Amino acid sequence: MNERLVQLEVLRYNPETDTEPHFQRYEVTCKEEWVVLDALNAVKESIDPTLNYRWSCHMAVCGSCGMMVNGEPKLSCHAFLRDYPGVIRVEPLANFPIERDLVTVADDFIDKLKRVKPYLIPAKPKAIEEGEYKQTPAQLMKYRQFSMCINCMLCYAACPEYALQPKFIGPAAITLAHRYNLDSRDGGRDERQEVVATNEGVWECSFVGACSEVCPKAVDPAGALQQVKVASTLDWFKEHLLPGGSK
Amino acid sequence: MSRKPFVREVSKTGWYFKHPRYLRYMSREVTCVFIGAFALLLLCAVERLSEGQAAYESFLAALQGPWSVAGLLVVLVFAIHNATSWFNVTPKALPVQIGEEFLPGKFIVIAHYAVWILATLLILYFAGVR
Repeated sequence: MNERLVQLEVLRYNPETDTEPHFQRYEVTCKEEWVVLDALNAVKESIDPTLNYRWSCHMAVCGSCGMMVNGEPKLSCHAFLRDYPGVIRVEPLANFPIERDLVTVADDFIDKLKRVKPYLIPAKPKAIEEGEYKQTPAQLMKYRQFSMCINCMLCYAACPEYALQPKFIGPAAITLAHRYNLDSRDGGRDERQEVVATNEGVWECSFVGACSEVCPKAVDPAGALQQVKVASTLDWFKEHLLPGGSK
Repeated sequence: MSRKPFVREVSKTGWYFKHPRYLRYMSREVTCVFIGAFALLLLCAVERLSEGQAAYESFLAALQGPWSVAGLLVVLVFAIHNATSWFNVTPKALPVQIGEEFLPGKFIVIAHYAVWILATLLILYFAGVR
């Protein structure tokens, strides 16, 4: 197995001693098939135990290890060293405040996620004796792609709208709202629309499409947001142009 | 332990130079300026038409000068960029599900190009181009 001396330039920030972040360079011997997260783990184990970063599964499922790798939002467990020949610059996810080193403050995203109610809200309560909610494979396929979101926030780090207007509900939260709106078992769309179909919601999106380009799970948030725009526009026409004006 | 999160400044201008995908986006968005200018030109055409045949013909003659032709070619390039970039992303906004499968996006894109070509041919036909 080939080894390589990898140079990492890591953005460090210690809230107790630093007024602003600074880069620190590490040199660490890595195996060719390693990912950036392995290199960070090697640094932490053998060079600098004070380095802070989040990770858990090491298999692109938990969504914890999102970072900027050479300026691109990446899951560090999914960023192979062989794809980065020179010095690798590692920074905390863009557009989020830095808590410490590579750890960001995710509170804003978590709050927005709660606001869109990303869970099934049945149209009518159903007693357990009535059995399960059934769904055909076609009904499942309608939303399945959007259910693959792992809340890694890479889409927020790539989104210039979120960078410029932090009130924007953002790609992942609106995509998850759309995922539940499309679910045949759900009846909560009207509640979600109060948050989603607003200026700070989907109408802040100008379809840059960066979210879909960086999504590690091929969820295509940009697609979801455009579909929400189409559906919200149809709502408006139904409300204002149809006789009776009801949705 | 006290918290002191550090907020990184974001450049309000110039952010689109940070990545080719942002420049690509801006190149699509800037087309609206040229499309808007052409819409104003069309409004002028209608206005001159309302002033009579002589006024309209002098307007058409002015459009055939070298600067006008160069300007219109620039507008054409931006209009084509606007149309094609939007056609190419339409499958994201309008997915077509057939049973358990989704129609491949390329068919939705091709349909847009087909309608575009058809509309162009119809306009040329009614404009008397044979």
